[in-house]
Amino acid sequence: MAKITLSKLRHSYYPNPKDPSDYALKEIDLEWTDGGAYALLGPSGCGKSTLLNIISGLLVPSDGRILFDGNDVTDLAPDKRNIAQVFQFPVIYDTMTVYDNLAFPLRNRGRSEEIVHERVMAIAEMLEVTDMLQTRAAGLSPDNKQKISMGRGLVREDVNVVMFDEPLTVIDPHLKWKLRSKLKELHQRVKATMIYVTHDQTEALTFADQVVVMQEGEIVQIGTPVELFERPAHTFVGHFIGSPGMNVLPAELRGGVAYFGDSAVALEGPVQGQPAGNIEIGIRPEFVSLGDAGLPATVTKVSDIGRHIVVECQASGAKINAIIEGEAPSQGAEVNLVFDQSQTRLYVDGWIATQAQEAAA
Amino acid sequence: MKTVNHKGWYFVAPVLVLVAFNALIPMMTVVNYSVQETFGDNVFFWEGLTWFEQILRSDRFHAALGRQFMFTALILLIEVPLGIAIALSMPRKGFWVPVCLVTMALPMLIPWNVVGAMWNIFTLPDIGLLGYFLNHTLGINYDMTQDPVAAWVTIITMDVWHWTSLVVLLSYAGLVSIPDAYYQAAKIDGASNWAVFRFIQLPKMKNVLTIAILLRFMDSFNIYTEPFVLTGGGPGNSTTLLSIDLVKIALGQFDLGPAAAMSLIYFAITLLVSWLFYTLMTKDDQN
Repeated sequence: MAKITLSKLRHSYYPNPKDPSDYALKEIDLEWTDGGAYALLGPSGCGKSTLLNIISGLLVPSDGRILFDGNDVTDLAPDKRNIAQVFQFPVIYDTMTVYDNLAFPLRNRGRSEEIVHERVMAIAEMLEVTDMLQTRAAGLSPDNKQKISMGRGLVREDVNVVMFDEPLTVIDPHLKWKLRSKLKELHQRVKATMIYVTHDQTEALTFADQVVVMQEGEIVQIGTPVELFERPAHTFVGHFIGSPGMNVLPAELRGGVAYFGDSAVALEGPVQGQPAGNIEIGIRPEFVSLGDAGLPATVTKVSDIGRHIVVECQASGAKINAIIEGEAPSQGAEVNLVFDQSQTRLYVDGWIATQAQEAAA
Repeated sequence: MKTVNHKGWYFVAPVLVLVAFNALIPMMTVVNYSVQETFGDNVFFWEGLTWFEQILRSDRFHAALGRQFMFTALILLIEVPLGIAIALSMPRKGFWVPVCLVTMALPMLIPWNVVGAMWNIFTLPDIGLLGYFLNHTLGINYDMTQDPVAAWVTIITMDVWHWTSLVVLLSYAGLVSIPDAYYQAAKIDGASNWAVFRFIQLPKMKNVLTIAILLRFMDSFNIYTEPFVLTGGGPGNSTTLLSIDLVKIALGQFDLGPAAAMSLIYFAITLLVSWLFYTLMTKDDQN
């Protein structure tokens, strides 16, 4: 178990990167504390797997250092770093039994059979695979295979960090939920630092204490699931997290007041500095309601998704989603949209520009 | 209730006709010869199983069969490990991949009788490059037309040269299909190179290797052209493999009955060994 520090990390798959766009990872500075549960969230190709492979030592970064508990491990091979990694597709050794699979990392490190037995039994019990220890691993179902590959990571008592690279991709939906809670439980039991890479917001938000959202090789926001949901630091985070994502509306600033079309929109707090660039208003559908007075809009689509209703509206040439409960308006109806002021934020060139209410007060 | 519809057979019919003409009917004529005796003029006498008995009891057949098994065993023992080793050392990506693949495939593109002729000339003691080099530069007495050991070394070397590529290409196909994650996981698990080979590469290559061994077994067990052009079965009978012997009986002596019986026995052995091997290799997967 260890604290992980990433310092000025950059990586390019080209031998001589010149342009910033040549970098798969652009300057990452990050600190992860011992025993935490973290998620790296981002769309495919955002660099999260690259970052993971750098931490595990499968890739050597172009620039920057990685420290485990203050020790530089940048040039260490994966097996010298005491890390464990669970891959997207379950990696198991087909010809071995489940027991031998779990024992493999320990035997490779020359542990005595007594210790091997003790550790394997403990891990098997934790993963609830004790009854299949003597079966050949090749015949297992994908979720059990993935459990075994997790087990191979956890079996070593000295592991610094366990990394998961989209581990639930090939698992059936109804088993995903089970395996996810198993993971959460394992984290609480073994207390190892865990890093979970995914493009699935539900997986990230349920697993992690802290989520790192990445886009195009950059970290756009680090925060708890609640923070990411409530105050996205970037319109990308607003878009990416939430279903449907945050409404992002083109806006103008006139004398410190934000306008969407011709309507003034009250913001959560004052705008910092003298914003110049692409100005947008961001508000989550959850905080848009239908009222008697407000922004006039036309309902273009209503979808009942069970717990609540998503109303898609058109106003001043922009699409606005609202999540409401109760009676839904009919398609084509003229409605008035009300924005919750404390949840209405201004973004300049994608980044948040308004101050939070507490700060402003 | 399931409805039964036999119309599907119509779609299989063309293949059945084709197989009948290129396999079943020619084979039935062989069966026909194997139980009869003829002195020409299309006159046949019923002989029953006499020819089969005669072949199975003949020392000549036993000797040829022994040589055949020895030849096949030797080339498999050399070609399979060598092929795997070459496949393992080939690059997985980059410029050299096509270069290696094409170079590897080249020997297999050469017609069989050309291979025999090439090696024949290559090993001639007075003018062949290899033969001259061995005899006159290294001073090793090498002449495959005189010495059975030299003849054996030559046909084995020739077959290894000609067919190891098949094992290489199939093994290589098996190797490149292994996802990177397996190697990465093995690295993290601290596996040695031997463990990576034993627990990842070999199991993943098992299916293609089964096919490779099966093909090499059948081809080498039925081999005719190359040793025939190279040694003609000599010196003496030392490299007379089954097929060479068979042709001698059928076309040299015109003993059609015994030749037909021998063909069928030969075929049965090939089929039996192939079936046994394949069943054993795939038995694991079904459990």
